[in-house]
Amino acid sequence: MFRNQYDTDVTTWSPTGRLFQVEYAMEAVKQGSAAIGLRSRSHVVLACVNKAQSELSSHQKKIFKVDDHIGVAIAGLTADGRVLSRYMRSEAINHSFTYESPLPVGRLVVHLADKAQVCTQRSWKRPYGVGLLVGGLDESGAHLYYNCPSGNYFEYQAFAIGSRSQAAKTYLERRFESFGDSSREDLIKDAILAVRETLQGETLKSSLCTVSVLGVGEPFHFLDQETIQKVIDTFEKVAEDEEGEAGEGDAEAAAAPAEQGGGGAGDQDVAPMEM
Amino acid sequence: MTKQHANWSPYDNNGGTCVAIAGSDYCVIAADTRMSTGYSILSRDYSKIHKLADKAVLSSSGFQADVKALQKVLKSRHLVYQHQHNKQMSCPAMAQLLSNTLYFKRFFPYYAFNVLGGLDEEGKGCVFTYDAVGSYEKVGYSAQGSGSTLIMPFLDNQLKSPSPLLLPAQDAITPLSEPEAVDLVKTVFASATERDIYTGDKLEIMILKADGIRTEVMELRKD
Repeated sequence: MFRNQYDTDVTTWSPTGRLFQVEYAMEAVKQGSAAIGLRSRSHVVLACVNKAQSELSSHQKKIFKVDDHIGVAIAGLTADGRVLSRYMRSEAINHSFTYESPLPVGRLVVHLADKAQVCTQRSWKRPYGVGLLVGGLDESGAHLYYNCPSGNYFEYQAFAIGSRSQAAKTYLERRFESFGDSSREDLIKDAILAVRETLQGETLKSSLCTVSVLGVGEPFHFLDQETIQKVIDTFEKVAEDEEGEAGEGDAEAAAAPAEQGGGGAGDQDVAPMEM
Repeated sequence: MTKQHANWSPYDNNGGTCVAIAGSDYCVIAADTRMSTGYSILSRDYSKIHKLADKAVLSSSGFQADVKALQKVLKSRHLVYQHQHNKQMSCPAMAQLLSNTLYFKRFFPYYAFNVLGGLDEEGKGCVFTYDAVGSYEKVGYSAQGSGSTLIMPFLDNQLKSPSPLLLPAQDAITPLSEPEAVDLVKTVFASATERDIYTGDKLEIMILKADGIRTEVMELRKD
């Protein structure tokens, strides 16, 4: 994408029928750190990479609770994401107040999409620079949606957005067909594995990712560091066995390299032998 | 030329009585379960007690439709607070919110007579008593509703500090133990039920402590 004479205003069409400002807004989403969502028939897991501005600062919050049954993960301009989360919370509360029942996820994403569309058709506004992965549970089951700055939204079984999300998407594409029947634990494991893909070589630690779960009989909540680390430990050890043999020298923060057993090498679905 | 009067009132009184007593580390909130209109009974099993937050429980007598609407507003506002502050509202905070919410409708009030009970930030019991438009006060004990005139004098007799000149006001926290306070509540309701036609059927008692909420139900006279 290069600069051209049709990209100054969001209200200017290009001769080929494109709104460049909207497309540039979608680019902003790609710059944010990765966010991943997956769903089964009964649960939705949202996970993201904790990227901090510098070593001195804390990381930005990218996953928000909207209601007990809806959560949202964002990528892009986190300020825009925060504002939209507040809007979503307000919509959920108002619906609950009026109808004494939880807001269906499909309704919420339509409201969000319509709100985003307004910003693509006003000369004094700019599109929201944030992509939202909305995960929720309602009477029709578990859902995962992706809302774009363009005002479009799509439903997914699993999706990843943000920088280096393609690696996660490739991983998810291989596995998504089995997600529908996945157990809660397997879904969480797949989410963390997908996060690992986006890190591309960097050691996966529980401090690097945030994971949230919601599902049948389970209101939206974040998983604590311990739980995440335990899941990481189940596959990091096995991966370490493989990598140790392949000669890669990444020292694992969790397991001591001496604990390499013969069992489970090369098969990541088998639990490693306890040492 | 006599003044024209309304041929319809937006309000009704569904009767009932609410009581709350604050202890050193507990709070007792109680209400009868009779809902009436005029001389008729609408329900013998209607709860007038509503948990607003982990440490704040509201009991309201008066017009139950307004009470329900008030509870809904407070519930939504509490959710907003939780999203913004990442924690539940404290009882004193809820007390102020309730006052503001009531005053907001100063010129078409919620016909609700409220008693808010709970634990303050230090874990001590607290009771707040209100009028219909939000005037409130932190007290050690209170009664509201149709039986309040029968109950309040007796609570004063049992719980009030010996002299009003004694500072700090010793009736802010009752020296009673939790079982004693629960027993006192049962006694006052049994007595109020005798003479107040709008109070009776069942007594619902909620005991709020740091580790959670316990509920007790006692039968009252049904006539």
